[in-house]
Amino acid sequence: MTELSPLKIVVVGHVDHGKSTLVGRLLNDTGSLPAGKLEAVKAASEKRGVAFEWAFLLDALQAERDQGITIDTTQIRLKTKPRETIIIDAPGHREFLKNMITGAASADAAILVVDAVEGLQEQTRRHGYLLHLLGLRQVVVAVNKMDAVNYDIGRFAEVVAEMNAYLSGIGIEPQHIIPISAYNGANVVTRIDALDWFTGPTLIDGLTGFKAQAQPVELPLRFPVQDVLKLDERRIVVGRIESGRLRVGDEIVFNPSGKAARIASIESWGTKVPVIAAVAGQSVGITLDDHIFIERGQIGSHQLAAPREARAFRANLFWLGTQALEVGQRYKLRLATSEQTVEVERIVKVVDLDDLKSDSVTRVDRHAVAEVVLRSKVALALDEFSENSRLGRFVLVDGFDIVGGGIVVGADAELSRLAQSVKSRNLFPVGHRASLEARWLLNGHKGGVIWLTGLSGAGKSTVAMEVEHQLLRKGRQVYVLDGDNLRQGLNSDLGFSPEDRTENIRRVGEVAHLFASAGTIVITAFISPYQADRDRVRTIQPETFHEVYVKAGVGECTKRDPKGLYAKAIKGEIPEFTGISAPYEAPEAPELVVETEGHSVESSVAQLLDYIDRTFALEAGEEADALRG
Amino acid sequence: MRTSQITVVLTMNDLDTLEQQSLFILREAFSRIEKLALLWSIGKDSCAVLWLVKKAFFGHVPFPIVHVDTGCKMDGMIEFRDRLAKEWNLPLIVGQNKAALKQGVGPHQGRITCCEALKTDGLKAIVAEHGFKGIIAGIRRDEEGTRAKERVFSPRGVDAGWNVHDQPPEFWDQFTTSVPPGASIRIHPILHWTELDIWRYIEREGIPLVDLYFDKGEGKRFRSLGCAPCTAPIASRASNIAEIIAELETTTVSERSGRAQDVESEDAFEKLRANGYM
Repeated sequence: MTELSPLKIVVVGHVDHGKSTLVGRLLNDTGSLPAGKLEAVKAASEKRGVAFEWAFLLDALQAERDQGITIDTTQIRLKTKPRETIIIDAPGHREFLKNMITGAASADAAILVVDAVEGLQEQTRRHGYLLHLLGLRQVVVAVNKMDAVNYDIGRFAEVVAEMNAYLSGIGIEPQHIIPISAYNGANVVTRIDALDWFTGPTLIDGLTGFKAQAQPVELPLRFPVQDVLKLDERRIVVGRIESGRLRVGDEIVFNPSGKAARIASIESWGTKVPVIAAVAGQSVGITLDDHIFIERGQIGSHQLAAPREARAFRANLFWLGTQALEVGQRYKLRLATSEQTVEVERIVKVVDLDDLKSDSVTRVDRHAVAEVVLRSKVALALDEFSENSRLGRFVLVDGFDIVGGGIVVGADAELSRLAQSVKSRNLFPVGHRASLEARWLLNGHKGGVIWLTGLSGAGKSTVAMEVEHQLLRKGRQVYVLDGDNLRQGLNSDLGFSPEDRTENIRRVGEVAHLFASAGTIVITAFISPYQADRDRVRTIQPETFHEVYVKAGVGECTKRDPKGLYAKAIKGEIPEFTGISAPYEAPEAPELVVETEGHSVESSVAQLLDYIDRTFALEAGEEADALRG
Repeated sequence: MRTSQITVVLTMNDLDTLEQQSLFILREAFSRIEKLALLWSIGKDSCAVLWLVKKAFFGHVPFPIVHVDTGCKMDGMIEFRDRLAKEWNLPLIVGQNKAALKQGVGPHQGRITCCEALKTDGLKAIVAEHGFKGIIAGIRRDEEGTRAKERVFSPRGVDAGWNVHDQPPEFWDQFTTSVPPGASIRIHPILHWTELDIWRYIEREGIPLVDLYFDKGEGKRFRSLGCAPCTAPIASRASNIAEIIAELETTTVSERSGRAQDVESEDAFEKLRANGYM
């Protein structure tokens, strides 16, 4: 008999992407079905003249009440080792969002199911966003129905890229993205040959690394007062320790009142020896050494690590009310055990889940998610969700109904890019005595920057090196700046975080323009995924900057995979890999597009050479001007 | 140095986690709901809840304990009830639909009709008489399909009806604790426990239990208790809790298989519960 609490996993995703089929498969493949059940359901399907579906297993189990296994419309127990798994099958229909939230909020981890054919859909986005708001950080993406795309690695890579692009935008980093076919049982519990290119875990193995949500014992103490019981002359303050720990003798301050007293005893019934300490997750009763005023809703903490007190705060919330949330409306806010009236001061934005862009609007409709500012007349004791989720989340109540839930967020959490300003003030650039045009004349051609951008494997370096070779043979001054080469020296201190990528491109841009101002044709071969970064390089010397998009799709690049990087990225071994787990922003208005997908290297090289010949040639007038200068 | 005799519980096992959550729910109900009562069927689950109530309130039972007596409970149940009520000084309220019993209502008129008259209506009468706003019931999700859909705090309409298709959201331990006048709330503090959890907890805590659950040498015992005419024993040689736990770990038979009213018709139990059955 295991003493481990079961691991609760919610299965979410768009309607018809195969959630129930997957749960049926998991029941069967983990041996959690009673003997003969599968055969009975198959026979019943045949009798009814319909093709068997794995989802029928769920229907059958829900209808039957005399089975020895635990049946639950929302919770199904799987016999897994070392701990049981409880699968919460959450409805994909938008109409049942409150049930999805009810199920998902109690889960330790989530499986986000996405159809390999359809890819990211509306409820995939919504459920993903809600997982984030609910604080679920253990997420596996199951790319289902791989059989319908012939187990194609290219299509898988495209879905992976699409999912990562979306999920990273909402702060979810899936532990695994796993190609499966729930219908065929491929990669759910067992592997099949058609997916032998995938070396990551099966779905069930992917789940074994997950942990039941641990009690936040190491965070500062948060002890929301649930009640004050007056029993046998004792005045017992009861509540559940939401985080941290307490012990007899500790001085506890209660906010928002700010009154403090020491713990005289931890009360219990049925234990033979006195309790002297307690930790997060325990529902305790304490007595205090001083008769201070305490009531439900106050938050006990240690003086040096007390929660914030705020009358107004910014929150991300999901709205379930049939009436829209509007500015000026009042609701009861419940945060831990406290309850206060709050007014909606501002609707900062409503998040459009289709593109994650937000509109400024005055109302939040049912099932929408929004950022709002809430104000209370009295101070509220709370934490930011990112610091302590237990005291950083709340529900709103309208009348008798819970109409929304939300998390307390701080100031703009947007990525702050490195400031792009010159730090030293006493700089006096020195002018050269030789003009740029003179250098051009000496070389017989103009200088400038050919900035190649595109996915890893699109062919940037291949094209750049071949073009350099051919230009040198024609006597041109040309030099290639290659990403991997520069990262060995000048940029060896940089990694692949968005900030480091930005700094990498900034340095390369400066170096490229120095070469260009020496009259050289500089070809750079960097993924340079962000448009803003490329635009910044352009502004250094716009007239000599040429943005060239070396274009090939994620699917194609995954198949080429010359450095074996996509294979690693898909397995999650390379974090923040452009195209798979980090975004790539295609150029908005490049000077040239070189399509390498479906074209030979030779023709791509020829295309770029032709462009350089046309744009870097000196014209007669320019030669004369240069001589005069 | 001598080890001091103190208890420092710094890690919780699965039973502790279940227990602590139940204590939180019970205290939440007591704090938020004015007129509260615990429904006591004398079965193992409501006995475990009664134990949890004593833990939550440090040996006290701060609200009435209601038993709906159908007049045909199994031998030994009423004696056990009265003995424990006296021993623990329980604020016991026994309710009975005397009018229905007088009219001779019984399972011969149909089990559903009988259950609704003697149990559901019996309960509704007590609730109305005492004005209870909250009824604590020891049901569990894993018992059967309709209970699996329950909320921890489950609002009931003015007629005590349960709208299973439109239940309130319930997350982050924020419960529906207020309802319109005339309506009420059922509170389910052990909804998240399994049958096996209950037995392991009863064993660990030494919770007193009626002996109908154990085989006394006849090769049969009751797995679920109810009214004598509608409750059948199961074949079993389990004569103590350890043997029951061993049996449950391998069984493929459902817990309520001996309860005839559940299988009166395909959706009998769902109908019973929608109308206010516990």
